[in-house]
Formats: sequence, structure tokens, C-alpha cells
Amino acid sequence: MSAVVAVPRRLQFAIDKLGVLIAAIATVASFLPFAAFRANRIVLGESKSIFAALPAWEATLLVLALFAAIAIALFRTPTLWRLWTSLVVLAILFIAVGHAASFLTPEGDRIARVSPGAGFWLLIFAFALLAADAIARLKLRPWTRIGALVGVAIFFAVLLGSGTLNDLSILREYFNRGDTFWREAQTHLALALGSLAAATVAGIPIGILCHRSDALRAPVLNVLNAIQTVPSIALFGLLIAPLAWVAANIPSASALGISGIGAAPAMVALFAYSLLPVVANTVVGLDNVPPAANDAAKGMGMTDRQRLLTVEFPLAFPVILTGIRIVLVQNIGLATIAALIGGGGFGVFVFQGVGQTAMDLVLLGAVPTVALAFAAAVVLDSIVEMVSPKDMRRD
Amino acid sequence: MIEIEALTKDYLDLTVVDHVSMTVEDGELAVIVGTSGSGKTTLLRMINRLIEPTSGTVKIDGQDTRSEPAFELRRRIGYAIQGHGLFPHRTVGQNIATVPELLGWDKQKTAQRVDELLNLFQLDPAEFRDRLPSELSGGQQQRVGVARALAAEPKLLLMDEPYGALDPIIRSKAQSDLLAIQKRFGTTIVLVTHDMEEAIHLGTRIAVMDKGKLLQYAPPHEIIANPATPFVAELIGTGERPFRLLSLWKVRDLVEPGPAQGEPISADASLRDAYAECLWSGREMLPVIDESGALIGRIRRDDIAHKAERPQ
Ligand SMILES: Nc1ncnc2c1ncn2[C@@H]1O[C@H](COP(=O)(O)OP(=O)(O)OP(=O)(O)O)[C@@H](O)[C@H]1O
Ligand SMILES: [Mg+2]
Repeated sequence: MSAVVAVPRRLQFAIDKLGVLIAAIATVASFLPFAAFRANRIVLGESKSIFAALPAWEATLLVLALFAAIAIALFRTPTLWRLWTSLVVLAILFIAVGHAASFLTPEGDRIARVSPGAGFWLLIFAFALLAADAIARLKLRPWTRIGALVGVAIFFAVLLGSGTLNDLSILREYFNRGDTFWREAQTHLALALGSLAAATVAGIPIGILCHRSDALRAPVLNVLNAIQTVPSIALFGLLIAPLAWVAANIPSASALGISGIGAAPAMVALFAYSLLPVVANTVVGLDNVPPAANDAAKGMGMTDRQRLLTVEFPLAFPVILTGIRIVLVQNIGLATIAALIGGGGFGVFVFQGVGQTAMDLVLLGAVPTVALAFAAAVVLDSIVEMVSPKDMRRD
Repeated sequence: MIEIEALTKDYLDLTVVDHVSMTVEDGELAVIVGTSGSGKTTLLRMINRLIEPTSGTVKIDGQDTRSEPAFELRRRIGYAIQGHGLFPHRTVGQNIATVPELLGWDKQKTAQRVDELLNLFQLDPAEFRDRLPSELSGGQQQRVGVARALAAEPKLLLMDEPYGALDPIIRSKAQSDLLAIQKRFGTTIVLVTHDMEEAIHLGTRIAVMDKGKLLQYAPPHEIIANPATPFVAELIGTGERPFRLLSLWKVRDLVEPGPAQGEPISADASLRDAYAECLWSGREMLPVIDESGALIGRIRRDDIAHKAERPQ
């Protein structure tokens, strides 16, 4: 039945609006450098087009695949086709860039560097856009989205494990500092999740108090708002002096590892940034509880505590969780700045890379950060959707 | 028994409820009527202390309501809030079980009670127990709201415009359900409405309020026959008075032996309905049947008309 309906639609060759943009980007990107070759880590690179970067047959196949994918994106095709096309092309691109690195690196050369070029990144962008659009149109259920994320993670694990990408510059940088990478990864997660946990534990009660007391609400929210407007680097820097003072004057503080630089001020800064979303969403969530439900709860003899736990909090929970999602994604990004004050995390590679003008090293810090933030957003959005009732009448 | 003594509520310099005194005897259904803003809700909510009075006292069974914590008082008093106030995130069953759970009933007893109440309100437990309130019609939500108020078998039930949003057919069904429940459990009920028709139909006593003052507190026939003030008379509607009076009586009260022609009328119908039937079919008298359908006599139009005259 559906196949019968699908045929005439395919025959129409109607143009897809977003498809035009994707096709244009992908077409331009195909002519841009696919990879860059450098004799060593810091010299300027030579650009390599697709045909220069890959063996002829592989380059031909890649171009044909891109051509087909661009056609599918351009015309109005079934959404599921578009999704699979984008996923397959993305996979092919990652494999191809790994092959390009191996192809371009002279046998046994440990100093030469091959990194993905502008064309590669633009192609990734174009087909990621196609995938995102298809996923949005399919309205995937939360569990399906999490499953898809796990699938993507497994793909990259296999790809990295197989060694296909080992000749890429970013992995060369990784192999040069294997254990530091995982240590900084741990620090990064500890900073992002630790500050989130602290902000949740402190922010929800503060939000409850603000909801119940009009006298508290405006001042507290204003202060938290003001903190959010302090530029992140400035806030990290501003905390150095007071925490150094604490460390110098309170003996037990330095024993706990508190000092003007390092993880402590980073944690405090991230915590300060996290408070506003958690507190504000708690207040909004509680404000949105239907007044009639609250009234009924009181009228049936619930104590304040029972009403908070069984009526107000469950009804406000999806909104509070949205606040937690904002904080988590924000903190994973912000935690890179902790490296500036010696707090560690993926930022260490970013700032070292910037210092040495070694872009590969910058990527070693940036790519995992972006991937983590993306995964966190997908997972938490799915959870928020799962805990939000489909239809809750407010009356 | 509820004894309300000089109960007053001020908001700043505005007196919303002004020295109201009234007594509701056990098993009575007292209806508070009045125009919007007359203080009905405020009066009702001072009974379970959702609003603290400025002055005056409320005693329940002789005990001042302030002598125990408010939440304990409220668990003994059923409260059906205006609209329905169901918890949107809890199923119908969980909503109804709220007060039994607060009182620490065991699970089995609570579950039994939930099913019993759903049956009582003609909602099939298997079908409705696990639905969310948003999956019910307005009339069903309202019935669940009343079921929830009744869950812990309170001796006292407060209802704030419980039938406000219902269409006339479901409304009269819900009203007769309420009367049946009251009869069965002997519950004392205080009900707020702004509809005089509903007040006369349901109330054993009617309290008429205006601008925070209690104008009259009396049985329905008394209110109709001798309105205390022009405002009360206006609320009843002068043109409606004879018919309101007729609606207080049943055919059973006037039935006499003897034959009559045509379609019979039920002994449980109101005199108002019987009179309407006489006028409509142009008959002087109607045959009367009981619940089983057996003929028990007849009713005469003149006798009915006589009942509509102002009582002396
Ligand atoms: N918290 C409050 N502060 C000030 N005034 C109030 C407050 N609550 C109620 N009022 C006023 O008290 C008066 C009576 O209110 P109440 O809710 O008791 O009226 P009501 O008779 O139930 O009316 P309705 O039929 O519209 O529900 C109204 O004029 C209202 O504006
Ligand atoms: Mg009211």
C-alpha cells in the first residue's frame, strides 16, 4: 500500500528546500581540500583534494557516493532514505579520511601529519544537517534516540579500535599522550558532573524557598542572573584571589586541596554558573503547578512536606530536569576553561595547542568535549520527554 | 454537627464574611447560595481552615476546629474543590486513594474502597482505575473529584460548586447520586452553589448570602414562602415561586384512590413535573404508578394547584 503511494511521489522529482542548501554546501565542499598534509606538526600544510588524498578507485567511489547522496538530499525523498543516506555517507567520510591519512603518510614516517581539511568538515556538516533534519521529521521516540546514540558510539569505538584512523594527526597527538588524555577526561567529567551535582543539591532547595517566599525570589534570582553575565574567563580569574586567601588562612582548607588555582576555583565557578538554570527552573516548575491541585492537596489534609513531595515536586520535575540538562551541556563546554587556572580537563589540550599553534592538539581537546556535550543533550532530552506526561491539563 | 458562631473574615478593610452564625445538624444537606463574590467560598473554606477566620468560631461535634492541627482536621472532612482539582500526574485510583493513604489505611482496604467508589459512580474500576485524569470527560473528572472527597468515609463533606461545569443531564444525574450517597452514609454536607434551582432541589436547609452577610437560613419551603429580604425574593424569582414550591413535593404526597385516563406518572416524580404533564396533555387527573409499575391511584390537577399557593 505505502509502496504504491510512494512511487508517484518519487517520480515527481520535487525539490526539497533544505535539500538545496545541503546539496549546495556538499557540492562546494567536494571541491575544497579534503585533507591537509604537513611534513611536521607545525609547518604550514599542503591542501589535498579528494583525488589527491585517496587512491584513484577509492576517490572515484567516494565521489560517486557523494553524488548519489546529494541527489537524494536535493529531491523530495522518503525521510527514512534521507536518514540512512546521511548516516552511510558520514560513516564513509570518516573511513575515507582515515584512509587518506594512511595514503598520504610516507611509509614509516612518524613526523608527518595529515589532518582533515575544510572540505571534509563541510561535508560532515552538510550530512549531519541532513541526518538531524531526518531525525526531527521522523519524531523518534526517546528510547530510539538513545539507541541511535549508542549505535553511533559503537561505530566510533569500532572505527577507532580497528586502527583505520590511526594515521590522522589528532590520533597521533593522542598516542603521544595516551594516559594524560584519560586523566584529563576524568577531571573534565568530574568538574562538569561534580558542579552539576552540587548545583542540583543546593539549587533545588533554594528554588523551593524562592517559590514560597516572594521576599527571597527577586533578590536571589537577580544575584544569580548577575553571575551568569560575568564572562566565564573573568569569573574563573576572579575566584583565584579569595580562594588563595582561604587556603592561606584556613589550615584545613588547604589540606582539602583548596587553593587559588586548580580544581577548587574551577569547581566553584562552574557551580556558580549552574545555579541560575537549576533555581530558575525549579521556581518556574513549581509556579506552573495547577493551583487547583495544590488547593486540593491542602484541603485533603496533606502537610506542607507531603504536598511538596507528592504533588508539587512530581509536577515540576520535567521543568527542573530541563534546567539540569541546560547545566550539564553548558558545564561540559565551560569546563574547558578550567585549564586556564590549572583545573585540568580537556581544556589542557586546547590551550596547549593554541600555545604551540598545533591545531591537532586543539582538536584533541575540542572534539571529545563537543561529542560529550552532544551525547549529554541527546540523553537528557530523551529523559525529559519520558518523564513529561503527554497531556497534562492545567485547570 | 457544625456550629458556626459569628464567623468573620476581613481582608484589610474589606469584610468578606460578616458575623455569620449557622448550625448544620447531623445528616443535613445545607446549601449556601448567593451571587458571585458574596463570600460563599470563603465561608466554606473557613470550616476546614483553608482560610483562617479573623474572628468567630467553628465547632464540629462540639469541638473547636482550632483545637487540633489543620491537616488532621482536614483529613476527617471531605472536600470537593470547585472544578475538580484532580492531581494530573496521578491515576484515577491514586487520586481517590489520597486521603486513605494519608490516614495509613492498608493497601487492600484502600484498593477495595477505590473500586467500591468507582462502582458507586458508575465508572467501571477495570476501565477507569488506571487512567490519568486527562483521559476522562469533564463529567467523569467531576465524579472522581467527589469520589476522592468521599474516600475515607468522612462524616462531613464540603463541596464548592461541584456541578458548575456539567451539562443539565449529567448534572441532574450527579445530583441524584449525591442524594443517594447522603442517604446511604448519613453524611453531613455543606454545598456551595449560585443556582437557586439546585439549592432547592438538594438542600434540607438553604443559607442565602449577600455581601458577606447571611440573610436567611431556613428550609427551602420557608425560604420560598417567606423570603427574609427583597434580595432573597429576587434570588428565588417571583414568577418562579409557585413552581419552586411544587418541586419540593412528590406525587406520592398527593396520591388518592380512584381511576384516571391516559399515560401514568411515577409516584417519585415531583408535583412540578405532574402539573406540567396535566397542562401539556390537557388532563384533569393522572394515573399514578409506583417503582414496580403497579397502579396505586391518581392525582388531581386542582389538588396540585392548591399546593402551589403561598403557605400561611
Ligand atoms: N485573598 C483575598 N484577598 C482579598 N480579597 C479576597 C480574597 N479572597 C477573596 N476575596 C474577596 O472576597 C469576596 C468573596 O470571595 P468568595 O470567593 O468567597 O466569593 P464567592 O461567593 O465564592 O464567589 P463565586 O461565586 O464567584 O465563587 C470577593 O469579593 C473576593 O474578591
Ligand atoms: Mg466561590
